[in-house]
This record gives sequence, C-alpha cells and structure tokens, in this order.
Amino acid sequence: MLRWLLGGGREPQGLAEKSSVQTIGEEQIQNPYTELLVLKGHQDIVRFLVQIDDCRFASAGDDGIIFLWNAQTGEKIIELHGHTHKITAIAPFSSSDASEDKNHFILTASADRTVIVWDCTSGKQVQKVSCFHSTVKCLTVLQRLDVWLSGGSDLCVWNRKLDLLCKTSHLTDAGVSALVELPKNCVAAAVGKELSELIASNDVSEGWNVLEVKRLVDHQDNILSLVNVNDLTFVTGSHVGELIVWDALDWTKQASECNFWDSCVHPDVQPEIKLSQSPNETSIQHLTSDEECVFAAIGKGIYVYNLQMKRVIACQRTAHDSSVLHIEKLPNRQLISCSEDGSVRIWELREKQQLPAEPVPTGFFNMWGFGRSNKQTNQAAKKMQESTPMYFLELVGDLIGHSSAVQMFLYFGELGLATCSADHLIILWKDGERESRLRSLTLFEKLAQNGDVQLKF
Amino acid sequence: MISAPDVVAFTREEELEDELCSQPPLPEEYSVPLFPFASPGANPWAKVASSKFTRDFILISEFSEQVGPQPLLTIPDDAKVSGTFDLNYFSLRIMSVDYQASFVGHPPGSAYPKLNFVEDSKVVLGDSKEGAFAYVHHLTLYDLEARGFVRPFCMAYISADEHKIMQQFQELSAEFSKASECLKTGNRKAFANELEKKLKDLDYTRTVLHNETEIQKKANDKGYYTTQAIEKANELASVEKSIIEHQDLLKQIRSYPYRKLKESDFHPYEPESVLDQADTSCDQGPATSDLPEPGETPLFAHLPSYTPKLIKAKSAKCFDKKLKTLEELCDIYFFTQTLDQLHQIERTFRGDVCYLLTDQISRALLKQQSVTNFLFEDVSFLDEKPPEKQSRGCQGLSQDAVDRKCLEESSAPKVVISLGSYKSSVESVPIKMEQEIEDSQEPQTTGSVALEQQDNLDYLDADIKGSISSGESIEVLGTEKPTSGLTKSESQASLPVSPSPQGGRSKVGSRRTVSEDSIEVLSTCPSEALIPEDFKASYPSAINEEPYVDGEEGGLRFTPKLNLDDADEQEDVLNQENLVQVDSACCIGKESPSFLEPLPALGQKPCEEDGVVRIPPQPYRAEPGLHGGFPSHDGISGGLLPYEFDSHYLTGNREVSKSSLDECSDSTSYISSAASTCSDRTPSPAHLARQASERHKKKAGQNALRFIRQYPFAHPAIFSLLSGRTLVVLGEEEAIVKKLVTALSIFVPNCGVDAKPVKHWVASPLHLVDFQKWKLIGLQRVVSPAGVNVLHSLSRYSRYLSILDADSKTLRCPLYKGTLVSRLADHRTQIKRGSTYYMHVQSILTQLCSKAFLFTFCHHLHLPISEREPEESVVNRRMNFLKLQLGLANEDVKIVQYLAELLKLQYIQEPDQGVNPLLRFDYVPSFLYKI
Repeated sequence: MLRWLLGGGREPQGLAEKSSVQTIGEEQIQNPYTELLVLKGHQDIVRFLVQIDDCRFASAGDDGIIFLWNAQTGEKIIELHGHTHKITAIAPFSSSDASEDKNHFILTASADRTVIVWDCTSGKQVQKVSCFHSTVKCLTVLQRLDVWLSGGSDLCVWNRKLDLLCKTSHLTDAGVSALVELPKNCVAAAVGKELSELIASNDVSEGWNVLEVKRLVDHQDNILSLVNVNDLTFVTGSHVGELIVWDALDWTKQASECNFWDSCVHPDVQPEIKLSQSPNETSIQHLTSDEECVFAAIGKGIYVYNLQMKRVIACQRTAHDSSVLHIEKLPNRQLISCSEDGSVRIWELREKQQLPAEPVPTGFFNMWGFGRSNKQTNQAAKKMQESTPMYFLELVGDLIGHSSAVQMFLYFGELGLATCSADHLIILWKDGERESRLRSLTLFEKLAQNGDVQLKF
Repeated sequence: MISAPDVVAFTREEELEDELCSQPPLPEEYSVPLFPFASPGANPWAKVASSKFTRDFILISEFSEQVGPQPLLTIPDDAKVSGTFDLNYFSLRIMSVDYQASFVGHPPGSAYPKLNFVEDSKVVLGDSKEGAFAYVHHLTLYDLEARGFVRPFCMAYISADEHKIMQQFQELSAEFSKASECLKTGNRKAFANELEKKLKDLDYTRTVLHNETEIQKKANDKGYYTTQAIEKANELASVEKSIIEHQDLLKQIRSYPYRKLKESDFHPYEPESVLDQADTSCDQGPATSDLPEPGETPLFAHLPSYTPKLIKAKSAKCFDKKLKTLEELCDIYFFTQTLDQLHQIERTFRGDVCYLLTDQISRALLKQQSVTNFLFEDVSFLDEKPPEKQSRGCQGLSQDAVDRKCLEESSAPKVVISLGSYKSSVESVPIKMEQEIEDSQEPQTTGSVALEQQDNLDYLDADIKGSISSGESIEVLGTEKPTSGLTKSESQASLPVSPSPQGGRSKVGSRRTVSEDSIEVLSTCPSEALIPEDFKASYPSAINEEPYVDGEEGGLRFTPKLNLDDADEQEDVLNQENLVQVDSACCIGKESPSFLEPLPALGQKPCEEDGVVRIPPQPYRAEPGLHGGFPSHDGISGGLLPYEFDSHYLTGNREVSKSSLDECSDSTSYISSAASTCSDRTPSPAHLARQASERHKKKAGQNALRFIRQYPFAHPAIFSLLSGRTLVVLGEEEAIVKKLVTALSIFVPNCGVDAKPVKHWVASPLHLVDFQKWKLIGLQRVVSPAGVNVLHSLSRYSRYLSILDADSKTLRCPLYKGTLVSRLADHRTQIKRGSTYYMHVQSILTQLCSKAFLFTFCHHLHLPISEREPEESVVNRRMNFLKLQLGLANEDVKIVQYLAELLKLQYIQEPDQGVNPLLRFDYVPSFLYKI
C-alpha cells in the first residue's frame, strides 16, 4: 500500500510493514464495528475511561477535565472542571441510599494532590479533599464496607462523607501503585516490588484501623498489575514479566510463570528469538481474567495463562507493533487489546482444529524409514495434543482510527466500544447494522409523531 | 442549387441533427407544435424577423416635463443590442401607458401639497410592428424642482418574445419591484436631503428678510408702510409659508411607511447604514411623534455642513432650467445598487423562455422533495425563497402558477377547464383583502404610539390608499379624473371584492389589442397563466381586424404624430384619459368580432401556450394543499367559465362573452393588484450565487466528462463517492488535482444542508476527523520528509479511503461490479457539452434519490412486521427489495443504503442540535487500478 503510494523504487528503509506482526487485511467479516463517532473535547492525552451506568461513561486525562458522555449518541453530557493538574486515578462510586434511584458519583484524584467527588447527575463538585502529602495514584471503592481507599505514599480509608477514617504510616516513597480488594476485609496493595496485605478492620471500640498483615516480596521488579480472579485467587504481574498467582485467603503463592518466551507453546516456534529481550518487551502491562484464564498483556504480545493447567495455553507474541496497554476479555471468547501503536485489535480464542494430516499413522514413518528418535518426539507432541486442547488467538478485526497510543478502552456490549487515546480523542465504535436499524426505528417514530404517515399493518 | 452558406447553416447544428435522426417519432400528444411562421428550413430558434434588436434589453425612460418621453439608458449599455430599434419611439410608447395614480398637489380640503407614495404600476405592452414586447414598470421619483415634485420614470424589459414577457411576468415584476424600490429609497433620501437644504435656505432667507423688515420698521416710523415694506412683508410671508410647506413635505417623505423591513438586509453593505437606520427608526412608530424642526434634526448632523443661500423671491419656475438627471435624483449608492440589480435582471432573463421555465419548474419541484433534495441539489439556493411561509402571497401565486402549468400541461386536452378553474380559484382568493388589511394596520399601530399622530396618520392613510389604487392601475385609469384621484381611490379601496362594472369595463378596454399603429396594451396580469384565453386567441387576428377598428376609433388611437406633437405632459395625460375612456366605452360593443375570429385556433391553444416545455404529469396534482395553495381550485366554479368560453366561441353570444370577460378580467386584476402590493416582499434570490453555480456546474460537467473518458477506472471512483467512501485525489500539481476534484464533486452526496463535503486542496496529513467531514479531498503530494507523513496517514487510514493518484494515474479502491454507475458515467457517451452532462448526471442521481427515498421510508424493510419476526427475515426482505424491486445489482445496493442512511440522519436530526458527524465504513478489500 505505502509502497504503491510512494511510487516504485524509492522506498525508504524501515517503512516496509513489519512482517512479524499479524495483519488481517481489509476484509474483516467478523468485525462488527462499521461506524464510528469521534468525540472531541479533551485537550490532552485521555487516559481513563470509566463506566458510570448503562449508557454513560466518564473520560479523564492529562488536561484535568472530566467529561461525561452518552455512549449511545456520543453526546457530551457534562464537563467537570476542578482539577488543576492531570488526573491520576478515577473510580465510579454509586451509592444505594435510596434503593430506587441510585446516585452516581465519581471520585477523581489528580496530580494537584486533591481528590474530588463529583455528582454525575448535576455535574457538581460534591466535596474536595486536599490534605494529601503526595499524589494519589489509585482509588478503590469497597462497596461492601461503604468506604473508599486512596493510595499514594500512604493508604487512607475514607467514608462516604469524606471523613478520614484511618491511614497507614508512610509506606515507601514509591507509594501504592495498585489496590485490589480481597475477601475478609483485606486489601492487597502493590508497593514497588512488594505486595502488602492490609486488613481494614472496623472494631466498634477502636473505630477504623488499617493493619499491614503481610508483606510479600516474591517479585523481582515493580509490580505493574494486580487483578482479582475470583474470591480465592488474585494475580500480579511485574515489570520483568513475572506472573504470580496468589491464594487470596492465606496469601501464598499458588503458581508462577516467569519466562513467557520459553513457556510459549506457540506451534511454530521459530528460532528467530534473537531480539535482546529488553524489560519493556516483557513487562506485564495489564492483566485481566475470567474464571479459567488470566490474560496478560506482556510487551507487544498477549498471553493466555490457564489457571487449572498452570501454563500458557495460547499466545500472540507480537500482537501489536508496540506495547499493549490494555486488554479486556469479552463474553464471547473474544479479547480486545489496545496498544501504543494506535490500533485496537479484536482476537478470538479458538481451539486448534485437529488437522487431518496431523495424527500421523505410524505406518507412514515406517514406510519412509524415519529414525527412531524422530518418531519419538513426534509421538510426544501428539500425546500432548491429545491430552490438552490446543488454543490459539485469531485476529478477527482491528480498529484503526487513533493517530496515537490508545490508552484504554471501554466495552459497552451492544452500544459499542469507546477508546481513548493520546491524540486527545475518544472514538466510539459502533455496530453499523444496529445503528442503522435504530435510526430506522427513530425515523418511523418521528414520522408517526409528525403525522406524516399512517402506519398500516 | 445549394449555396455554401446553406450548408454551413446545417452543419452547425450537428448535435441536434444527430439527435433528431436517431429518435423515433414522438407520440402525438408529446409532439412540439410546428413553428407558426415556419417556412421550410427555417430555424425555429431564430429570432422573429420583425424585431429590430438582437437580444433582450432593459430600457429606462423618463417622461421629461421639458422634452417629453426620452430614453435614458439601456442595459446592457451597448448600441449593438438595440440595433435599429427606435428607442425614442418606444419610450414614447411605454411612457404613454403609465397608469400610476401619482397625484401630487393640493388635494381639496388640505392646506399643503401632499406627496403620494404611489406603488409602481406594471404593464405589459406589445408592439407587433417593431416586434417588441415589453414589461413596463412605471415609477415616480421625487424632485423638488420638478412640477408637482414628481418625475415619472419607467423601466422596461424589452424582448422579442411575447411568451417570455407573459410567462415571466410575475418574476419580472418581482425583480423590477426590487430595483424600483431600491431606486426610490435612494431617491427619498436624496429628496429629503434636498428638502433639508432648501429649508436651510429658506430659514436663512427668512432671517435675512426678517432683519430687513425690522430695520425698515425701525427706520420707518411714519405709521404707514411703504410699498417696499409691504413687498418685504409679503415676501417674508411667502417664505414662511414655503417653510411650512417644505417642512410638511419633509415630514411626509420621512413618514414613508417602511413596510419592508427586509429592505435593510437587501442592502447589507450599506455604507450609510447609520443614516439609513436613523431614517428608518425615524420613519417607524414612536420616532415619528417627535419629528423635530428640520433645521435641528440631529439626523443629518454629520452631513457636511451646508451654507445656506438666499433664495430669490421669484421662484425659478422656468423651462430653461436644467432638470436633474436620474443619477442626481438618487443617492449614488442606491443608484449603483439599482443598476446592479437591473444588470442582474438582464442576465437572469436573457435567453430562451423555455430555459427559464424549465428552471423554474424544476426548482419548484425540487423544493417539494424536501426529504431528499439536500443530497445532490444546491439547497442553499432552493432556500432563497422560503417555501412555505410565503405561499399565501406572491410566492404562492407563482408557485401556484407553476402548479397550474404542470396541471395544464399534463392535461393538455382539458386545458380550458383547468384554466377556467384557475381563474375562478383566483377569484375566490381574498389575497388583496389581506394585503390591504396588513398594509393599513401597520401604519396605524405604529402610529398609535405617536403623539403627533393625527397628522401623520393622515398622510399614511392617503399613502396606502394611493398605493392600492395604483395597484389596480387600470381601473384607476378608466375611471379617475386627474383632480379626484384621492377620493376615487378611496372609494375603490373600499370595494375590493366586488368590483364595479365600470372597472371591469375599463379593463376590457385596456385589453383592447388593436390600433392602427399596432400598439397593444396587453394586460397587467401577473403571469402567462393568468392571461385570459380571449386575449391569446384574439392577438393573432389583430392585424386582420385593423380596418374595422380603425373605423371605430379613428380619432382616439395612439398616433405617433399626435404624441410627438404633444410634448406637454398635461395634454398628453388628458389625451390618454380621453382615449382610454372612450376606448373602453366603445370597445365593448365591438369586441365580439375579434373573439370570433380565432375560433379555429382553439384546438391549438394548449400547444401554443406551453411552447417548448412539456413535462409529464407530476405529483403536484396529488397534493395541491401542500403549499397552502388554494383549496377551491377544482371546486364549484371550475366548470363555469369553460362553459362560458365554449358558448361564447360557439354561439358568438355577446352577452355571455361580455360577462365571461368581465369575470376574467376582474380576477386578473385582483391578481395584479395583489402582485403589485406584495411583490415588494419577495426576498431577493441570490442571483449571483446562482449564476456562479451555473458556471460551476458547466465546468464541473465538462471536467467530469473528460474524467470519465480519460480514466477507465472512473466507475469505481464514482462508486466510492456515491457510497460514502472518501476519495482522496493525490497529486503534485494543484491545478490538476483541483480540476479532478471539481469534476468528481458532482457525484458527491451532501451529508446535510451545509456545504458540499469537498475539500479541494490540502497539504497536511489527514486524520480520521477529516474523513468524517469531507468525502472528496484533493491532497498535495510533497516530495520531502514531510510528505512521507502525509503518505503514512494515507496508508494508515487506507481502509476508509479510495485514493486516486493523479500523477501516476492509478486508483486504489474497492471493486465495483454494479450497473448504476455505468449509466451515470459511460465513457462512450454521446454527450458533448458539460452542462448537458451535468444535467444527465443530475437526472440519474435524482432517480437514485427516489430509490433511496423509497427504501428509507418503507416500514417493513427495516422493522419487523410482527413482534416475533426474526431479524433475519427483515434483512432478507430488505435485500430482496433492493435487488428485485429496485433492480440494484451487487455494489449498487451499497449506494442506496448509504443514501438511505443520509436521509435517515437528516430526517431524524433535531433542528436545534447539531448532529454528531459519523463515519460509516465497510471492511472490504481494495484493488489497484491502472490505466
């Protein structure tokens, strides 16, 4: 394509498309997103997207402004101004005081060392906390206890009215980078290379208290991602590509996977792994999971780690041209990833079909007089295939729209997909067929309303 | 033996000949009538031999109080245009049919001279000897030095084509009214200035005289006055009277009811807007109450200071003084505006009438397609006349006229009936009443605020009545004595609906067509459709009749001798009065022969009437109510008139014919009066824009034609545009790229009522947002590191784009296997002209639009019939409809689907909130095409 554009003969070096990345071409039958809306508003990198309810989401980024959008129409609902610096964390917070009408709030933390609670309906700033000593890097709402936690250089617990219930002592200079809720009022906080198990207790006598229960120091490098799999397990991933599965109850290591390059069971392992593996290419950027598997965005690749089998069952080592920043599992065995290269890709986890030629009859080898050792390895491979189904990630579509790194995306099911990017844009990707149908519906409703037509059935 | 010039004459019409040879003969009902003056081999498009000028032009004449009628200027200002045509003679003709009820002077019961703000009169006049037909627009300008302060002028649109004048009467009238209004506004301004100056002079004179008198009084204490002193005192008194008179005039000119507030946006770049606004505000409502002494008026404070002169006691009412020229009479800004406007008129109406008609009809039809017309039409110029709101006024009339035309033409055999029904429908419409009410209410309400009301109301009242009477100009002419203009017009204004028989008669008179020197005052009716059948019929017979009429009207006809001798206005007016009065009186008895004559021609009439333009029956008929038209069209009275016509023609019954004539003429006069009173409100069409777009169309068509001949892959490129995939034309040379973009722009559907989504030239890398906004982009190819970025972005977004490389002549875009585009862009097309090709494209696109419309608005194609119906069956139904019903093959489906989406978006778009631009695309592979 580009070669054609540039005209034959004078193709500059390095512009040729990299052959290592799987491409799908222009025909994407399974890609439902055939319509897009560009939402403009932000003036800097958009880093966070968070769902508020069925049809609203909020976006925030380095310009310190929070926008509320309608996911169906792409309409900008409210602009929230209040922060003077970039936003570092955002969390939705719905109160169920009056059970019928839920009040939706959002918590936002910013580099200006404040946390603001916003009312999503009125767009008003409910309350603002500015007593932090450092930037709050993560926010977690513990719905069960009706409190929220802010993590920076220390960890604070707040209640709905923004009273500081308790706080830990100064943890490290690096501060808390990730928080995850665990059973039994526990919280796991990633602090640098260490993982702290904290327990928040609500003793009647002493009031709220936060205690550090255990410090886990199994990771060699900074923990970048932390995710809950289920009530019993959670997973962490570090900068050098260590993935550790923990038991959530007794905080012991269940399994770990260190070298994804070697463990990869990609069928056509080529001896081309000659690239020096810089930590950037092995760092676990993001983790997500369903009940069975953990999906890890590692470097440019995507890896699927099965919790039962305790091994990687499928991978796509160069899923993108550069680092994968966010990854999400969809209900329909599909996986969406977005990357610094500005593209969003849709993958499907498929079971590898047993090719008819593959179960090789032994007679075949006998006939040709293959060596014994050779036969054995073949058999071993065959055995493995039989025991565990083979999976692979198939690229079913890619979404190209952003001109810069796609920071995050939000999957809205039927309504589509919202992606945000460093090019200041948010793009709503929609199913063109569905939108067309909806428009027809609106059209006939409007026709009936205007009385222009009498619908005859 | 064939001489060389003959051969040349034939080969020149090459294209036409091809067409004619290949076409099978048309069915009888569609055949164009033979050219009436046809001699074998004559070119029917040639000008009528009798006309002495080469093309249409506009003539401005004045009835000078010193030298009589004289031509002032022609537009275009080219001696070749008028040729051997005798402008002087024609000026005399057109000035002699001035029916304006302009009356200035001391009306009985009024102390001061009054100005009448007369509406212009509009007349159609024909001179078969000269081969000239004219729309004549009379207007009056004010001049302090002129007799009665008025200077009668007229503007005439002169054409050799009678049909053009008749059929375009409404439009001509509207356009000329605008020009006239502009001129008059400027004149009022100039007149007010003149009055100001005069008042200052008078004031100064008074002071001087007063001082002198005082000095004399003091010097002379003998107890009696010297003759000198008495003289001075008299002089002073007359100066004071004059001051009062002039103040009064000033007040009158300022109290001119500004009924057209639109006027202000009619002159948007008004340099003297401050003044004008002040003027306007002064003229409207409250400001009128505190009209200050003119000398102290702050309005003109910023004008260059004027040193007053002493005015001689003897006023300079002598004939050797030089009258002001038209230019001097009018504020220079407005004068140039007027000239511009007239040039515009000339440009608009030049050419064959069938072009004008086709254009009007198609625009009217397009306006109706309110759901789809935005796709491929230039909606901005469709919108220039608000379609719905004005339908009651003239817009409605002209709209209706077009309606009617369609009706007439679609039912050619029944033309008499439809014509009749039209007439009667017109009769039943109280347009004039409404206009009148509006007019008279407006000044009253504004006036009621004022304190000094009585005074002003007086003027205003008079003004209004004057205007109405002048609207019915012919009636006024027939019945009015010069001295009783005001009272007479009042009485007529009060009888708007049931016209006096007198009026009717006089109109008949005015429509008398024949006189020895073949002057025909045709009619004052607003458009061809309104012309009574009787006139049309009688016109050809006029010449045959001459001796007859001559015998009857010998002494009273217009003769050049008489008129030329009588330079004096007064006498001329008297003549005219007499003439028409007697004419009208005597013609009634004599009219029948003239109407008996054309009886055999009756069958031909429809053909004659619609001339070249024929269009098939239109949806118009089905929905006459849509435009707020006249609901009683086909009602009761429909059958009445035709019957009368018939009986008239068949039996020659004079009584019947007379009554039918009366009815017709009444109705027409109402139309004309309505037209004259409301035509001023018609907003100005953006002629310049239209002309520009016309030129653009031609150019685009030509380029497109070249494109489809030159590039074998034109089809997929056009398909890309029609299916909403952005096409990028990439090239190094701006001119080439722009030319291609212009060529292709005619295939780009609009996404909304905004401008076409076409970007002619851009040099920066493209982004996703650009593809939402633009569907056709000319992109600069830069051979530099910066250029690589541009190409990178193209490569990145290639799935949204089709790329036409103008330099290497390659195209990268999806495959197209449909049939639709091949009809649209056949490289073997016989079409040679750009504008023709543009029209061809337009017609196919319109067809496409109708398909898209049908598809969009078929309920079952998009929504399930019953609740339980699965989505798949709806999809199946939809595809079946597209393929079988609409006959679309392969990719053509996508075009209609895209257009349907656009229609949906446009329809469901809420008017107040801008729609979020969305980008639709397909994941389809692209292919590379090379020459």
